[in-house]
Amino acid sequence: MKTGEARRTALGLAFTSPWIVGFAAFTLFPVCASVYYSFCDYDVLSRPVWVGLLNYQDMVTDRVFWQSVSNTLVFNLMALPIGLVSALALALLLNEPVRLRGVFRAVYYLPSLVPAVAGAMVWLWILNSRLGLLNQALEALGVSSPPQWLTDPAWTKPSLALVSLWGCGNTVVIYLAALQGVPRSLLEAAMIDGASPWKRLVHVTLPAISPVIYFNLLIGIIGGLQVFSAAFVMMGGAGPERSVLFYAIYIYQNAFEYRHMGYASAMAWMLCLLIMALTWVASRLARGFVHYPSE
Amino acid sequence: MKAAAKPLVYLVLLTGAALFVLPFAWMVLTALKPVDQALGQPHAWLPLRFEAPLGGRRVEVRTGDRVVEPSVVALQAFSARPVVLPARTVWDGAWHPATGAPLPIKVLREIPASPAAPWREILSVSGGESDVVPESAIDSHVSFRWENFPRAVASMRHFWRYLANTLIVCVLNVIGTVLSSAVVAYGFARIEWRGRDRLFALLLATMMIPFPVVMVPLYGLYRHLGMVGTLQPLWVGSFFSSAFSVFLLRQFFRTIPQELTEAARIDGCGEFRIFWQVVLPLCKPALVVVGLFTFLGAWNDFLGPLIYLTDEHDFTLALGLEAMKTSQSGASEWPYLMAASTLVILPVITLFFLAQKSFIEGIALTGTKA
Repeated sequence: MKTGEARRTALGLAFTSPWIVGFAAFTLFPVCASVYYSFCDYDVLSRPVWVGLLNYQDMVTDRVFWQSVSNTLVFNLMALPIGLVSALALALLLNEPVRLRGVFRAVYYLPSLVPAVAGAMVWLWILNSRLGLLNQALEALGVSSPPQWLTDPAWTKPSLALVSLWGCGNTVVIYLAALQGVPRSLLEAAMIDGASPWKRLVHVTLPAISPVIYFNLLIGIIGGLQVFSAAFVMMGGAGPERSVLFYAIYIYQNAFEYRHMGYASAMAWMLCLLIMALTWVASRLARGFVHYPSE
Repeated sequence: MKAAAKPLVYLVLLTGAALFVLPFAWMVLTALKPVDQALGQPHAWLPLRFEAPLGGRRVEVRTGDRVVEPSVVALQAFSARPVVLPARTVWDGAWHPATGAPLPIKVLREIPASPAAPWREILSVSGGESDVVPESAIDSHVSFRWENFPRAVASMRHFWRYLANTLIVCVLNVIGTVLSSAVVAYGFARIEWRGRDRLFALLLATMMIPFPVVMVPLYGLYRHLGMVGTLQPLWVGSFFSSAFSVFLLRQFFRTIPQELTEAARIDGCGEFRIFWQVVLPLCKPALVVVGLFTFLGAWNDFLGPLIYLTDEHDFTLALGLEAMKTSQSGASEWPYLMAASTLVILPVITLFFLAQKSFIEGIALTGTKA
């Protein structure tokens, strides 16, 4: 018996060893090193020099840092709710017995597969202030001076939110799968009781898929706080008046453009804390409305 | 109630679908236009080809200014280029502009234009020669400029190298991730051992770590190993499994009945043989899903190549496309940029249509089994 257990443990460790080695080399070591670097002056070329809390103190007085925090939060306050609600609405419509459902699903899903750089190119062209399709359409509709989507700091974040909305198909498909798991018996019972479609949505469908709404919210927060590629490619980094200098972009710039790797590491840990804080808030909010089906 | 809502459902779905397709359509249409038409205002939806009779032949031309009043084609003194001048300001072999002194000219030809029967100054595409012909003589037809694609490839300079680099990274990632994640997932799903569940919880927790946290030390590590500036940092890690793929495969492995593997075990099969010959063949759909997601992740990756690739020759397509955008002066060459973008997007879309079912099931799996 004892040898059997030892044998199985050895087998288990042997099978999982690729992950264990990878975890040590590509996760555990970097995480520990990152903590250490965050207390150091480090440029990769020379050895890290211990500076204590200096990097963290710098963050407090770095106005660009705070701008990147506010940019990221403002962008997410726009993009996240709009994305989650639109995806849910689309999924609800696609869950109706419509014709060509597969085609619709493919059309809504495809943009989320597009490489960020290629998508950024297409949107740069559409949002081009003088020649872009959007502004030409707006001018044709009689808007005399349409927004300068990519050069007016007030419009750069909404523009990027629009781009991210185009990629919401991933979320639509997740919602759709959840909607198909809503117990038919519950919906039929509600229908027999004379509940209106709206009542059925609010009291049956939404509670039934609430764990998935919560899942999408968490994924949205974690991903949203790390937005990088679209803004980086479309605005060439920070955008006009640093209006789309997002947190991850500022980390990248500090690490690889200014070679302030210690400062970048400290910022990364603050990002980690920010993510944890916001997911904690989300979990508190979720307590009221997420219903897990009793097994 | 339901019947009344139905047209509305279709209306919203169709409008939404049109808006979601529009960027693709506009990309492809722009990619097929000549540069001047792409920048023209207002936009024509379709790429056109203009032809006009010139010197007894029909040639492809670009259309320029519209001439709507009687004018002359004149040759200015000190200039070899003919210009079009309004007839009312030309007399006595001189041109009398509204401001300034009269200039000597030689009238070559008169153009009897009116707003009803306008003429058009055209530029022959080949020679850059300017000429004036009645607008009615110019005919246009839709003509897609497929030659923009080879031009875009040429303007990206190392396109074929970028494609090869991208494919190398993608294929190695797929092989590495699928093989290693399957082995690891088997260890977590089909063998009971002490500490297994705690280790699996740790694996799930690693998925929460934001990339920026490990970005700097990883760069330092690869630099120390002399891999920065090569493709290696983009695929080496995949051979040590990815947490997400392990998670997906474990869910799938657990659905295979224990009796199957027990029977093999009683027959004296070793654990690795059970994994390789019994479980793995039954899990092909899940392996396909993991392979697809890994391929796409590698194909679409931008931050990784941006950090690790230093020499223009080693770029991947994503990075090459970005470099092409930066090297374009201003916004003059949109058709080529759109053609290049189309080339980068096309394989992804093809892959989706080839394996649509796997995609949708895979995505659904990530959301509902979590």
